[in-house]
Amino acid sequence: MRHVYGWLLLTPAAILLVAFTHYPAVATLAESFFSTGTAVRPSRFVGLDNYAALAADPVFWQVLRNNFWFALGTIPTSIALALLMALWVNGRLPARALVRMAYFTPTVLPMIAVANLWLYFYTPQIGLLDKVAAMFGAGSHNWLGSPDTVMGCLIAMTIWKEAGFFMIFYLAALQTLPPELGEAARIEGASRWYFFRRVTFPLLMPTTLFVLVNATINSFKLVDHLFILTKGGPDNASNLLLYYIYQVAFSFFDVAYAATLTVILLFMLGIFAVVQFQLIERRVHYR
Amino acid sequence: MNYLLSLLLALVVGSAHAQGKTELTFYYPIAVGGPLTKVIDNLVAGFEKENPNVKISSVYAGNYDDARIKALAAQKAGQPAQMSVLFSIDIYELLEQDLIVPFDDLATTAADKAWLKSFYPALMANGTYKGKVYGIPFQRSTIVMYWNKDAFKEAGLDPEKAPSNWNEMQQMAARLVKKDAGGNVTRWGVMVPSTGYAYWMFQAFARENGQDLMNAEGNRTNFAHPDVVAALEYWVNLGRKDRVMPEGTVEWGTLRQNFVEGKTAIMWHTTGNLTAVKDSAKFPFGVAMLPASKQRGSPTGGGNWYIFKKSTPAERKAAFEFIKWVTAPERAAEWSIATGYVAVSPAAYETPKLKEYVSGFPQAAVARDQLKFATPELSTFQTGRVRKALDDAIQAAITGSKSPADALKAAQAESERLLKSYK
Repeated sequence: MRHVYGWLLLTPAAILLVAFTHYPAVATLAESFFSTGTAVRPSRFVGLDNYAALAADPVFWQVLRNNFWFALGTIPTSIALALLMALWVNGRLPARALVRMAYFTPTVLPMIAVANLWLYFYTPQIGLLDKVAAMFGAGSHNWLGSPDTVMGCLIAMTIWKEAGFFMIFYLAALQTLPPELGEAARIEGASRWYFFRRVTFPLLMPTTLFVLVNATINSFKLVDHLFILTKGGPDNASNLLLYYIYQVAFSFFDVAYAATLTVILLFMLGIFAVVQFQLIERRVHYR
Repeated sequence: MNYLLSLLLALVVGSAHAQGKTELTFYYPIAVGGPLTKVIDNLVAGFEKENPNVKISSVYAGNYDDARIKALAAQKAGQPAQMSVLFSIDIYELLEQDLIVPFDDLATTAADKAWLKSFYPALMANGTYKGKVYGIPFQRSTIVMYWNKDAFKEAGLDPEKAPSNWNEMQQMAARLVKKDAGGNVTRWGVMVPSTGYAYWMFQAFARENGQDLMNAEGNRTNFAHPDVVAALEYWVNLGRKDRVMPEGTVEWGTLRQNFVEGKTAIMWHTTGNLTAVKDSAKFPFGVAMLPASKQRGSPTGGGNWYIFKKSTPAERKAAFEFIKWVTAPERAAEWSIATGYVAVSPAAYETPKLKEYVSGFPQAAVARDQLKFATPELSTFQTGRVRKALDDAIQAAITGSKSPADALKAAQAESERLLKSYK
């Protein structure tokens, strides 16, 4: 009887999880083995055809490459920045609340608003960036219109948006560190760098892991800005996997191929999560 | 007492659900600036006043892509939407999903049949498939050339004369480029947007060079024709060789801002932006037809009315009446004045209101005059993919990662692969 009661308590959460997470994931996997149906040609089983099409799709490989560079560009820098900012605003400084708020502001803005803002930073000639450059006599640059700079622009904006969010976690973690450790280190004559490297940073490892997982997921999840800034252009130079899935599903109406791409995305994120939790957790010190 | 109560009840029920009151819902997109939701609300209110037994709710659904997604999702979910304004080029997708009905089936009287013929033929091309009309033109546009008269004067050009052909535009643009002491460009000669709707702009170049990009059945494209390649070369060279346009892609969304701030002397843009430019430009500006190479030319663009299959005969009839009402000359004139979109029928330009507006603001008639050179917007089966293949090719050429010929050849190969099964 007791376990029935337990299951009953679990039911609401289980229903939500199954209905909105597990069932869609399984349905997506199933759908990736069928062709896209229309009123004229009904959907039929095609086996691995969609996966073969995916392997032969140059845009897929390009968005994958783009996503790799996007992740590499945003994750380490935003984590390092977040840690730096957290250490700084954790110390004693004037108007501390104000500084903390200033760092956190980008996080509370919706991504669409941020993208609209940055669109006017990057716009050639009338944009903020070019106006500042003009003050120093530099010429105008077509930031978002050139495949060489567009990814860098997106990365910079994302770091600006994300770092404040991660800072909050580091800040919270820093405030739970016992002050005795610092006092002891000072008595022993440890330098501040040594103390950070051997005490603070290892103790922050659980937070770093958490932030790393989040940052990785976000680098695949955040595509709102593409709608405003580049629509994946020029010539797919800024296209990311999730945005491509959106294009395939809602602009091309190729549901089956979109499902196939989604399976790949799910699979990759699954692998990341497992690797991160398995490998890195061994080096994480939980207290 | 009982009698009173039942009377009251009847009143309440009656007012909420009057005998045979037809309820309609439609989705509509907005792709240009300005407070257009209000204009739509006023139109709906006007119709309801004249037709008290029809109740219409209008749902603003974002840009054309969003509107399509929402309308299709509503159809799939069985939510009521009996009609919608959607992209004119969505027709093949809607047909393939078997979602829309032809207007010919609803136009039973002679007057209705005459109404179907009352629009500009150029605007009907995108809405017609195998001789039947599926889309009624509503917010329709063409591409026009805006030019800054002050900039022309400053460059020693006749401010009243826009370039009429490709050579002239290139030469004038070269004179219009302004540089500061350090050699940096402060004003470009011309800008043609190449994000968002690159394929649309390119259709204008191709048409001017004598080529259409697809056939009427929507199952063949013509991207690799030598004249089409030459058209892309002209566009690419404006930026990469002649240096009268910024290198790289030009953003659709911010281009209007560039123009009204005087950062480019000429821009190509949709006529749907006309009213917004008029309201924000602080200098005199002109609007002209796009310059010719072998001929004039511009694609049409914008949104059409569709009626969905999932509707009762009564609803279809009411929707049909509403669409007839909202595209009538009087309303088409109002809508055109509020936005800059082309008024959809010749009769609309004969209304006193629009006549007066055009005489005071002749720029408003350019898009209409250009209609006789217009070609339907790129629309094929698998339209999203075909369009993206072309968009990518254009952007690859403009950013210099491929030559125009190679880029277009690849796009043609891709579209042939996609359309193989529709022939």
